[in-house]
Amino acid sequence: MVKMSQPHPYIPNSVPEVKREMLRLVGAESADELYREMIPERLLMRTQMKLPEALPDELGLRRHVESKLSRDVTAAEYTSFLGGGCWQHYVPEVCETIACRSEFLTAYAGGSHSDLGRYQANFEFQSLICELLGMEVSGIPTYDWGAAAGNSVRMASRLTGRRKILVPGNVSPSRLSIIGNFCGSAHQGGGLEIRPLKMDPGTGTVDLGDLESKLGEDVACVYFENPNYLGVIEAGGAEISALAHNVGAESVCGVDPISLGVLAPPSDYGVDIACGEAQPLGVHMYAGGGSCGFIASRDEERYVAEYPLRLVSVAPTVAPGEYGFGQALYERTSYMARENAKDWVGTTTALWGIVAAVYMSLLGPKGMREVGETILQKSHYATALLGELGGVEVPFKGFFKEFPVRFTGRKVKEVNRKLLKQGIMGGKNLTREFPELGQSALYCVTEVHTVEQIEALASALREVTG
Amino acid sequence: MKTREYHAARWSEPIIHELTSPGERGFIPPRAEKRIRDRVGEAPSLVPEPLRRRTEPGLPELSQAQVLRHYLRLSQMTLGMELGIDVGVGTCTMKYSPKVNEGLAQMIAEVHPDQPEETIQGLLEVVYEFGDMFLREISGMDAFSFQPPGGSAGAYNNALIMRKYHQVQGEPWRDEVITTIFSHPCDAACPATAGYKVITLYPDPETGLPDAEALKEAVGPRTAGCFITNPEDTGIFNKHIDEWTQIIHDAGGLCSYDQANANAIMGVTRAREAGFDMCFFNLHKTFSSPHGSSGPGSAAIGVTAELEPYLPVPVIVKRGSRYHLDYDRPLSIGRVRDFMGNLQAVVRSYAWCMALGAEGLREAAEVSMINNQYLAEKLRQVRGVTLPFRGRRLDQARWSLERLKEETGVGVQDVNNRLIDYGVQSMFTSHHPWLVPEPFTPEPCETYSRADIDYWVEALKTVIDEAYADPQLVKTAPHRSSNHNVVDGGFDDPDRWAMSWRAYKRKRGGVR
Repeated sequence: MVKMSQPHPYIPNSVPEVKREMLRLVGAESADELYREMIPERLLMRTQMKLPEALPDELGLRRHVESKLSRDVTAAEYTSFLGGGCWQHYVPEVCETIACRSEFLTAYAGGSHSDLGRYQANFEFQSLICELLGMEVSGIPTYDWGAAAGNSVRMASRLTGRRKILVPGNVSPSRLSIIGNFCGSAHQGGGLEIRPLKMDPGTGTVDLGDLESKLGEDVACVYFENPNYLGVIEAGGAEISALAHNVGAESVCGVDPISLGVLAPPSDYGVDIACGEAQPLGVHMYAGGGSCGFIASRDEERYVAEYPLRLVSVAPTVAPGEYGFGQALYERTSYMARENAKDWVGTTTALWGIVAAVYMSLLGPKGMREVGETILQKSHYATALLGELGGVEVPFKGFFKEFPVRFTGRKVKEVNRKLLKQGIMGGKNLTREFPELGQSALYCVTEVHTVEQIEALASALREVTG
Repeated sequence: MKTREYHAARWSEPIIHELTSPGERGFIPPRAEKRIRDRVGEAPSLVPEPLRRRTEPGLPELSQAQVLRHYLRLSQMTLGMELGIDVGVGTCTMKYSPKVNEGLAQMIAEVHPDQPEETIQGLLEVVYEFGDMFLREISGMDAFSFQPPGGSAGAYNNALIMRKYHQVQGEPWRDEVITTIFSHPCDAACPATAGYKVITLYPDPETGLPDAEALKEAVGPRTAGCFITNPEDTGIFNKHIDEWTQIIHDAGGLCSYDQANANAIMGVTRAREAGFDMCFFNLHKTFSSPHGSSGPGSAAIGVTAELEPYLPVPVIVKRGSRYHLDYDRPLSIGRVRDFMGNLQAVVRSYAWCMALGAEGLREAAEVSMINNQYLAEKLRQVRGVTLPFRGRRLDQARWSLERLKEETGVGVQDVNNRLIDYGVQSMFTSHHPWLVPEPFTPEPCETYSRADIDYWVEALKTVIDEAYADPQLVKTAPHRSSNHNVVDGGFDDPDRWAMSWRAYKRKRGGVR
């Protein structure tokens, strides 16, 4: 049994007298005696763990961790043009305030009375994201875009009873890896088959001819993205959906919701299941920890029945004018049905969903349009300037927020190394992910970038590539 | 001890859409500077015509203070752990998340995951060291990844490793996994999603555990492995766990240990000695990262050296004194989550472990276990409460209110609805199916003082006394909570369920 040299601030009953008294009350001499009653001797650790010395004083602890993390440079301290699934956007202070509220930060599994506010905030996230998407059903968000896409294509497969999934070559390779894992099966001959679709090398969009040739009565869905990983707007969304519907397949589309003040909602171009990433809506990047995937659809029973997510539904209470909340078709979830559930659900990203609800409420329809317009204009200003440089090409038009930049005389690695010396984090290196794009990097420009920062990038690149 | 005169905040708060006031603004985003506008023109012209948004999204319009007020009111109507005594919320380990760690986690808020490695050496060091120095010692496993962003995602990750391992071994026919009914539902649902047939073992009515004979009957040439919680949701530790893992190994399978909640066994007993090949810890349970109203969480997955090549990419490796992200791992399962997972949780958990050290972690385990024995002593004396199965429980126990229900008609849901009237969060009952009738599962982890536990028992006892004296009082509860009961909410009725405000308006007219 441990004898602490002093009680620990996180453990009230580590006061030696209290611990002893509690042991006495349960009729034991020591913790060891109790453990020996429950765990066989052969499985008990005989020695104390070998761990670094404790830092129980708060200032000492803070200094220790700060001494490591303060060596790092954040994207906000430099000028960063990194995106690719995690993006630097401005986080309104009200989002910050709500994200830090003790109640939301530390709630978990309370009921719909004692956690009424949490349920309502979850419901409002669903309501608000549905307004952006033109859908009527969503749930408590899942882990990230990749998981949302993985669940969505599995939903499509169950809905159609088919196992072939068409995925274009312009989706993020790491997202594709996640989707691939969702599609695989330990059961031989089971699982979903992912068939890749060609990307039109001139436009960066789905090759519609290739899509048409691969569609058939065995296809469960077409999964595409808008804007896609390379930032390109899939202008042929309606054609993709129509082609899918012609063979009885579902149209599944991943979107970046911060684009939806200026881009058409997926419901406008025939999408049946929409998914995507809510991190841009008021959530910090947290080195990738801000991810928050959503799924949405029309309000049809057959769709609702296939969701793995927890779906919060509103209903009137017995008091006139008052709302209560519950979970729709809860029997579908893994909490109820275990291995017979629709995939699985667990602790996902509810807090980020609540923060995204705050963001959408703050911005409203006009703010969402304006932020989208700002991103469009700033990112296009960047391509206008970069397009003027020798040794630099911007291959795709019609994009939102992100675009590949191709270097004809330099290696991306070298360019980025030189930019970093000037306090600029260049775009994500695409040479491994998209070798067909040559020496390309994926640049991201959002509302946080100033005209001066964009111009500084252009002049730095002129120097580097000249 | 007297129960408090508590009343929850009740704001009768409308849905945010009902608060709209056309024209109001809550936030003005930055606009493109004049130089930019002059060069690129109007924004809509930059969008291909068919993809332009033609109608504004139906978002509400509110000023800033009104948005803040609304969400603050919602937060006030949420009984977070920091406000209450969450002793009743077992299997969840509702421990204190030290506030100092929030500020430390915030230091990575503006870090992009694809930043050059040399700009995030400090973060990579914290993450690497947390696995290398702490979790390896705590578990006996050889290597860790933090990519799975929640406990169930950890179980799923391990199912993918199992799947890939057997494929690489040339035994793809192994498509059955074994779990127990008192293991978390994810131990069945996640392997099933990965394509496995799931065999579930049921407990002996005396011991609460399935016996080894049942396991021996379940294994065979198609066994891929097992997914097991230990101690199970009942708080009962399977004393034969090393024999179990041996049986699975003898059959050619792998063993995955669900250690989502390992709170009472840190520094006491480990995955390695029990014979497991993989495990996962929920950082938002045992390791103090806050639960966040249900995420973001984190599962730290640990594996033996033999399975290390299968970990998801990227893996953080140390070469000399530098940390790198290693993507070049041919046997890797690929990804289960974009980027490196929820690293803010790792920063918090690292700080929590540093604050405690070896002694403190063991003390946290001992005290949570002793707290549970103390709670058990007190609960045994409460009328209407029973404890199925025999023997001591480690960190939590699955109790029953079956007797109360028989004697008063008041069941655990009613009790939960009344308990919150005393400022105590409703209890976690049980995952399904309810093998224990009218179940509840308290877990008095190390965060709670003796006085906290005493208050919690007093509140429960008060409700039970009320049930015997005036069952209607309990059955019509809550009386002092944030809202009243929903009677027949239509949650399974397509004509009435409403997962968005627009659906509610369409179906019910949306009039209050």
